[in-house]
Parts: sequence; C-alpha cells; structure tokens
Amino acid sequence: MAALYANNYLIVAIFLFLGILLPVGALTFGRLLRPHNPTTVKRETYESGLEPFGSSWVQFNVKYYIFAIMFVIFDVETIFLYPWAVAYDQLGLFALVEMLIFIALLVIGLIYAWKKKVLEWN
Amino acid sequence: MGQYLEQPLSWTNGLIFAGAAVALLGIVLFFVMYAIFFQRKILGWMQLRIGPNRVGPWGLFQTVADVFKLLLKEDIIPKKADKALFIIAPVLAFVPSFLVLAVMPFTENWHFADIGGGLLFYLAISSLTVIGVITGGWASNNKYGLIGAMRGAAQMISYEIPLVLSVVGIILMTGSLNLIDIVEKQQSMGVWFAFAQLPAFIIFIIAQLAELGRSPFDLLEAESELISGYHVEYSGFRFAFFMLTEYVYIFAMASLTTVLFLGGWSPMFGLDFIPGIIWFALKMGAIVFFIFWLHATMPRIRIDQLMKLGWKVLIPLALLNIFITAIVKTAFM
Repeated sequence: MAALYANNYLIVAIFLFLGILLPVGALTFGRLLRPHNPTTVKRETYESGLEPFGSSWVQFNVKYYIFAIMFVIFDVETIFLYPWAVAYDQLGLFALVEMLIFIALLVIGLIYAWKKKVLEWN
Repeated sequence: MGQYLEQPLSWTNGLIFAGAAVALLGIVLFFVMYAIFFQRKILGWMQLRIGPNRVGPWGLFQTVADVFKLLLKEDIIPKKADKALFIIAPVLAFVPSFLVLAVMPFTENWHFADIGGGLLFYLAISSLTVIGVITGGWASNNKYGLIGAMRGAAQMISYEIPLVLSVVGIILMTGSLNLIDIVEKQQSMGVWFAFAQLPAFIIFIIAQLAELGRSPFDLLEAESELISGYHVEYSGFRFAFFMLTEYVYIFAMASLTTVLFLGGWSPMFGLDFIPGIIWFALKMGAIVFFIFWLHATMPRIRIDQLMKLGWKVLIPLALLNIFITAIVKTAFM
C-alpha cells in the first residue's frame, strides 16, 4: 500500500518535471536556431499600428475584484461539498439536512448579490 | 502500468514510469498537431472551402511545417514588458495542462497515477492555468493583452464553479473521487452518467467550453476586437506554448468528459471484442469533433450574457442537481 502511494506521487512528480522540461528545453534549443536581431521599433508595444501612449498597468474596473471574491466563496464551498459527497453513504439523512442548511446560507448570499446587481455586467 | 504501481519502487520501475510519461507526451503532441490540422480542415469543409491542402498529401504536414516555422521565428520581448514574468508565463500555463493527465485512466490497465482523489487533483491543477494567462497578459504591458487576460480570468473563474459543482452529483452516486471507480460504477450500473446525470452533463459541457475558451465563449481571444487577447505580444515558440496549452486542455477535457460521463473505455452495444482503448479514442474523438463543430456554428456571446449565464443559470442549476441527486439517493436507499 505504501509502495502504491509512493509510486503514484512519483508519477505526478515525473509529469511535473516533464511539463517544465518541455518548454524550457524547446526554448533553449530554439535559441540555437532562431535569429536574434532586436531593434527599437521591433521592441515597441503593439497598439494597432499607432504609437503606444502610457503604460497599460493601470487601475482596473472593480467588477473583476467582486467576481474574484465571489469565486473564492463558492470554490471554498465546493471543497466542503466534495468530502460530503464521498462519505454520503455513511452519513445518511442528518448530513443531508446539514448540507441543505449550509447551501441555503450560500444561496441567500447569491440572491443578495443578485438583488444588489453585482452580477450585472455593463 | 497497473502491476508496476503495486511493486515497491526500484530504478527499473522508475524508468518505466518515466518512459511511459514521455510516450504519453509524444502522443499528446501528435494529437495537438493533428487536432489543429483537422480543426482547420473541418472548418473548411463546413464553410465549403478546401482547408489546408498544400504541404504534403491532403495538407497532412501543414501543422508540422507550422511548428518548425514557429521554432525558427525571432523571439521578440517588448521593451516595456516585465521580462521575467513574460518568460515564465507560457511555462506556468503549460505545466498544469500536462500535469492533469497524470491521473487520467485510458483503460483499466493503461493508466498512470491511480490516486484516491483523482478528480479533485484534476480540477485543482487545471484551475492553475488562469495564473499563466493573467501573468502573460499583465507582463506584456499591452492594453489588448491586459483586457484579454482580465476577461479570461473572469470567465475562467466564473465557469469553474458550475464545472466543479456539476460533478458533485457523480461523486454522490459513486461515493469516490477516483476516476477508475467512476468508470467502474458506470459499468456496474449499466448506464452512462451522461444519462443518469443529464443536467450535470449539460452544465459540464457548457462550463468546459467556457473554461477552454472555445466558441461560443472565445471572448478571451476575440480576434475581431482584442486581436488575440493575452498572448498578443508573444511571438515564436513562446506563442506556440500558449497554443499548445489550449489544445492539450482540449485533449484533457475531452478525456475527462469521456471518463465521467461516457463510460470511459467500456464498450457500446456489447461489442466487447474491440479493445477498450479504441472505444476511449472514439468517444474522445467525438467530443473533440463536437468542440470544433460548435466553432463553425455558434457566434460569440457578449461578456454580460456570459456572466449572466454562469452566475444566474448554471450555478443555481448545478446546486439544484446536487440536491435532487442526494434526495433521490436517500429515498431509494
């Protein structure tokens, strides 16, 4: 059993290593083949053929931030749902009611966001 | 692979694992090359064009030529870009796309890691790609790139929730997160989860298209308005890695859909003599074709429609599906 466990995570580690090796290897190898001749004009930022003005590292619409927060809440919720779903056979009716209450609280949050027009995008 | 997993670790076994992983990487790269070729061919046929037909017989070597062309292209890093992040971003995007395949069972014998939380592993790792997308878009210091990256991030995180919620119904019915157990449960029930969990299947397909950024949800690329979104400043092989990530994800997502909803390697119509791997490839191919088909059929939807569909339709439906499944299961137990 311990061997099975170690072997499985060894495979995951091999995949991780290969996933890093391929881009690093290909880009290093490509350096031997590709030309390297940077000029000022070539290294200009693309902006539909116009001269770019200013930086694009600007403040962004707060909408994105609110969606990110909502994402965190619901993603954490699913982390709770997964073990519940796996162990559901052993837990029975009580766990079902408890989970109903848990989800109901989150649905109230979703309805609140809905009413506050947070989910609108314009 | 199954029997080697049970043995204690030795150098020989380690090399076998590494060799098999390299073989899978080769298969995936081959798949990506020909998926791009067939996508162009199929789109061509659907629009009454011929599609690529110049390089090699029937244009079969078109993508091979494209890969070599990209390899020989100059690598331009814009002056204003954040150089370190610009270089890291394609790697950050690509690594999770290949890492998720470590837990994918292709048949009962042809699989890699057989970990208990396989499905959770897949979903957790696959959500890391959004970091690569945002890093690439931000590091380019390009307005189109940044808008594309922010849109992409908003879209990917919004649709990840219905995606992960829709599979809870399957976990409830199986009682396990292991992908092999999920396929075996479908075999013992005698019905695919695509039918037993029809609402989950529909939600999953829609959410996966949005996660992949394919039509009708290709807002993060939106060629006609954002040029190509987060990778607009990338050229040469760095661009190729973003492209590769997209198609490796199509491979991974189509495999996951096959395993979760279409019974994995189990044969159809009692045709047991055809090996499981062929059934797997056929089912997976059908899903890949479906994704390309939609590309030719559907127009791109607007971002407000996208957000509305995700948050106001798919998430409530997915939650409802979980409870109907749980209640039905309790009632009939």
